[in-house]
Amino acid sequence: MIRWLLPLLAFCALAALPALVSDYGLGLLIGAATYVTLASAWALFSGHTRYISLATVAFYGTGAYTVAVLNEALPYPLVLVAAALIGAALALVVGLSTLRLAGVYFVIFTFGLAELIRQLITWYEVNVTGTLGRYIFLDVTARGIYWQMLALGALTIGLTAWVQRARLGLALRVIGDDETVAAHSGVDLARTKLLAFTLSAVILTLAGAIVSPRWVYVEPSIVFNPTVSFLTVIMALLGGASRLWGPALGAVPLFLVFEWLASSFPDTYPIFLGLVFIATVSRCRKACWLASSVFDPVMAGGDSESSRSGGATMVFGGLRAVDEVTFALEPGEIAGLIGPTARARPHRLNLISGALVLDRRSDRARRRPALLAGAWTASPGWVWPARSSSSARCRP
Amino acid sequence: MLTTLILGLVLGGTYALLALGLTLQYGIARIMNLAYGELTLAAAFVLVALFNGLGVSPLLAIVAIAPTGYAVGWMLYAVMLRPLVQRSAARDRLAVDSILATFGLLFVIQGLLLVTFGANFTSISYLDRGVRLLGVPVALNRLIAFGICVVAVGALISLLSWTRWGLVLRAVALSPAAAPLVGIDVNRVARQGFALGTALAAVGGATIAMYQTFSATDGVVFTMKALVIVIMGGVGNVMGALIAGLALGLVETFVATAIDPGLTLAATFAIFLVVLLWRPQGLFGSRM
Repeated sequence: MIRWLLPLLAFCALAALPALVSDYGLGLLIGAATYVTLASAWALFSGHTRYISLATVAFYGTGAYTVAVLNEALPYPLVLVAAALIGAALALVVGLSTLRLAGVYFVIFTFGLAELIRQLITWYEVNVTGTLGRYIFLDVTARGIYWQMLALGALTIGLTAWVQRARLGLALRVIGDDETVAAHSGVDLARTKLLAFTLSAVILTLAGAIVSPRWVYVEPSIVFNPTVSFLTVIMALLGGASRLWGPALGAVPLFLVFEWLASSFPDTYPIFLGLVFIATVSRCRKACWLASSVFDPVMAGGDSESSRSGGATMVFGGLRAVDEVTFALEPGEIAGLIGPTARARPHRLNLISGALVLDRRSDRARRRPALLAGAWTASPGWVWPARSSSSARCRP
Repeated sequence: MLTTLILGLVLGGTYALLALGLTLQYGIARIMNLAYGELTLAAAFVLVALFNGLGVSPLLAIVAIAPTGYAVGWMLYAVMLRPLVQRSAARDRLAVDSILATFGLLFVIQGLLLVTFGANFTSISYLDRGVRLLGVPVALNRLIAFGICVVAVGALISLLSWTRWGLVLRAVALSPAAAPLVGIDVNRVARQGFALGTALAAVGGATIAMYQTFSATDGVVFTMKALVIVIMGGVGNVMGALIAGLALGLVETFVATAIDPGLTLAATFAIFLVVLLWRPQGLFGSRM
């Protein structure tokens, strides 16, 4: 009960806050709410799957620019819907081309995405419409923006809470732990990743759309500022991207610190940011939750790439081959597995470990898929790594 | 038409050089360096400063810039990246950590460049006169830049293929786990690989400064292009990176002359998309 009541009370208190603060304070509140939303939305996908997206500002800027283009043509709610649709379409393009592959392609693609969109819009505006820079005249007050952003932030955190309890969240977590295991457990890798990435991207786009009236004058080089992507990643990482409240808790203090830095040292502040970030990554153990086998195939070169895709088909062959084998392992017991070919054995071991991610102290199992104990029956259905119960559940 | 071809080859030469440096860092040191373009730009700015401030000839400056790049790369690896390598026994975790750390480094270097050199577009006019090549006028500085790229790439390839050091570098790239078994100090070689990659980035940056206009915020574009070339050529594939670099230079020059100069990054991304959808392991197959 208290877990629901407390956030609700906090939300009401935050919603009442604009009445008490000055215009400058309201600006800070909007900024903080924006970064809480951005960091939470970023973590919704990247926190669990550990695919680092560096393209926050690509979506954020797209949202803002959509409002700038459409704000006189359509009523405000429709503009928001249009922004969300454009964000989703963009995410689908990025996701469909990279999320089927190893994570490093995704990182590279997102790394240049904001710059690409900025150049494309600039080119289009200069050559086709003949203007660079647009004005946003909307009848939205600063308070209105704050309330909308607060609602979007609350929605994001609520969505994250729901996803964490749902099948989707479990699937995302398994993908983050070990993609091979996830595939063996019957998770549709590409679809799951695509779904979460699109959700996260839609929220990022909406955040850009909501906050855009604050700018009044919008230009590609203003809305596609790479610092936004950078800040989002630092905030989520420092706060703990895999936790529900982590990104929000990281975003608020860091936003205030960065705001102060930006006003006190406008020139040198990116250098501070970079140094803080490097220190975070090298010192803070929290930052290294981002481990992943996602990156392995590319690092090992092309050959392993082909063995991986070859492996995926072998898995199903493997499934059939051990279809009728049921065996039990007691804790501490060591069993040997003898297989015919060198390639088949590790795959089969993966298979077994994948189905056996279960632990009574559920936290462990999620982090490290380990061969613990229990009986395993192969079935081509959904074999879920159990979270807190003591046996693997098979679903048809 | 022929002009485009020659200009494309010149640009492609620089890209190939940049991509080789990145593929060395990635293949040998296992560091995915997102600050690569910023290192390139830093060298370009240094060349401009030397030329405008002290009147040093760019050719002479490159001779100084390459070892400086090596030293900077060495220091970066030793101070910033070595702790990450030490901490992550599994190298996949290193990939993620290094991406994040170099993402931070990107902002540090960019900030330093902005503070030191400002945000304006910069260029120098060095040997800016035309010579005729195959009946087409080409600026002399571009030809010299291309010559430098050819020399640097040739030196690198012969180093990798025929010297003992090259053999050691290739051994670590092939199998960092097995290299210690034959008495190779992987840590040292990784540092050398990273430093060598940085030196190539510096030379690439210096050649860019000789014939192109650039600004302190262009780093992302250079990193992106180098990354796409590396992927297009196949990770760790030296010949692949060379061919892909030349190809990207040609495509970009064609797009710039035939459609619009503002769309060159779009062309890069288009190629990247095609490679991802068609042959994600790279156009030229598998290993180094």
